[in-house]
Amino acid sequence: MDKVIVTFELAGRDVDVMVSPMTTLQSVLRNQLGHTAVKDGCRQGGCGSCTVLVDGEPMMSCLLPVEDVAGRSVITLEGITPTDGLHPIQQAFLDANGYQCGYCTPGMIVVAKALLDHNPSPSRDEVVDALSGNVCRCTGYLPIIEAIESAVRAAGQQEARA
Amino acid sequence: MTTELHVVGQSVARSDGVGSVTGRSLFTADRSFPGMLHLKMVRSPVHHALLKGVDLSEAEKVRGFVRALTHADVPHNVYTILGLIGVEPEEEFVLAVDRVRYKGEPIVAILAETEAAAMEAVSKVRLDLEELPAVFDVEEALQPGAPVVTHWGNNTFMFEGHNCRRVRYGDVEQGFAEADHIVEGVYSTSPIEQAPLETTGCIALPEANGRYTVYTNTQALYFSLDNTSIILQVPGNRLHFIGGMVGGGFGGKVDVIVEPLATLGAMKTNRPVRYVYSRSEEMQVSSTRSAWKIRVKDGVTSDGRIIARKVTSYADSGAYSRQTPYALTKHAANAAGPYAIPNVWIDAYCVYTNRTPTSAMRGFGVTMASFAIEVQMDRIAERVGVDPWTIRFLNAYRNGDIKPHRKPAEDATLIETMQAAAVLVGHDLPEAFKAMTSDPRPTQEGGR
Repeated sequence: MDKVIVTFELAGRDVDVMVSPMTTLQSVLRNQLGHTAVKDGCRQGGCGSCTVLVDGEPMMSCLLPVEDVAGRSVITLEGITPTDGLHPIQQAFLDANGYQCGYCTPGMIVVAKALLDHNPSPSRDEVVDALSGNVCRCTGYLPIIEAIESAVRAAGQQEARA
Repeated sequence: MTTELHVVGQSVARSDGVGSVTGRSLFTADRSFPGMLHLKMVRSPVHHALLKGVDLSEAEKVRGFVRALTHADVPHNVYTILGLIGVEPEEEFVLAVDRVRYKGEPIVAILAETEAAAMEAVSKVRLDLEELPAVFDVEEALQPGAPVVTHWGNNTFMFEGHNCRRVRYGDVEQGFAEADHIVEGVYSTSPIEQAPLETTGCIALPEANGRYTVYTNTQALYFSLDNTSIILQVPGNRLHFIGGMVGGGFGGKVDVIVEPLATLGAMKTNRPVRYVYSRSEEMQVSSTRSAWKIRVKDGVTSDGRIIARKVTSYADSGAYSRQTPYALTKHAANAAGPYAIPNVWIDAYCVYTNRTPTSAMRGFGVTMASFAIEVQMDRIAERVGVDPWTIRFLNAYRNGDIKPHRKPAEDATLIETMQAAAVLVGHDLPEAFKAMTSDPRPTQEGGR
């Protein structure tokens, strides 16, 4: 099959990739662009470990042909992580032990980022709902939920001080 | 003088924390190497069949196909995982020879330049199979005339000359004769897939010095290394296994499955070889927790003392034994439960069927014993007419009690645990139970 060149924005910079048609965004990010924080748990939209932001919305990259993100903005966990230190959500996950084996963690943090970008003070039900597509087989859901809630509180305190 | 403690009593940050929340920690399949080949497996589409032929001619034409590995390429093709600790016989085929015994059994490994090419080539391998009757139930598998799964003519694993793991303590028939109640129960559990979020996998690399480096997410690095050494007939010092991040295992990554063939592929091609399960492989072919059937017969006095317990258990090992014999041994040691019972008889069978081979998962063997025994305890309580707390306090073992397998109970805490649980759920125990401890019984009561 003829290859095609697809251009999209990855963490604010344009990238060009050459792919066979129907290659997934997940495969391109992991295998061509080295964004291995995008995980590979099922390739069928069942686990959420490959979640990335497309134009700010959380999407499972294993279900997206890369042609579908042509011209759009893609952000992975690599793009959320500052060069130095941690994003406040990452710090909250670290402090609250919101990770066990670490495999679902990137997807969870990307989903949390999207949630808090849209809704800076979500209720617990809204947090749980946002995580409904992400599986943690170590079953550490409660610390993950608490990490997100603590990130919300930390952001609120930051705002109050400002 | 007080000693300053730096770790004890302190919260210590996990060393893998920053790597996990940034996603920078590399899992096995996150690694990539120049020239890396992809291994995909041709698997049995049926539960039981004679394998009469394999036709690779169309697969070989696929662009990117590099080579196939068959049983003839494997130096020591028949092994058993626990062979390392002296368990016999060797009965699992690394790659099938003339028969397949479970759906998904590996037959031919395909090495190709890309994952897509490997998958396409796998789809073009033609198998000549003559399907055989299959057996999926442990008790059916032990009946005369049942389909035979093993290569030695029956479906039982032999424990030191016996067809089951046995425990004999006291005289169980005498106990039943003296009992006021006989309480019987049959308990079944299903196979359970551990379903780790990261699938099983490894990457094997040939090194310039003649050694092979293997990145793997095994839970049992030296089991994997030693079994690879046996299967490939190479000294262990030519194998360098590197573990690290494991994206969930729960027992599902204890078995030696992917490393020998990836390493063999690296030997045959002198290129890095990646062998990582798809999600469907993880669910279909990686070892599960066994299905169990457990029959319990208890003799109980009118005041609730269990004086005889007979347990007959069957673990469905699937087509190969893997670590299930070990589960049976643990099961037999625990099937009387944490109770002092003077007469115990346990027969625990490791049974071969045409289901996916089974192995480790969180307390395998023991959790199923606990499930059966604790439901049985509730049944006994109902029959005798006492509450579930009472039946357990009455029969709880104490330090120094001899367990049916002849070891004295040490560090018994059942009584104290139940006392604490009663407080937590707001259940007011009778004073006699509040006063009980796991301390050794007075000598005149000893010997129960």
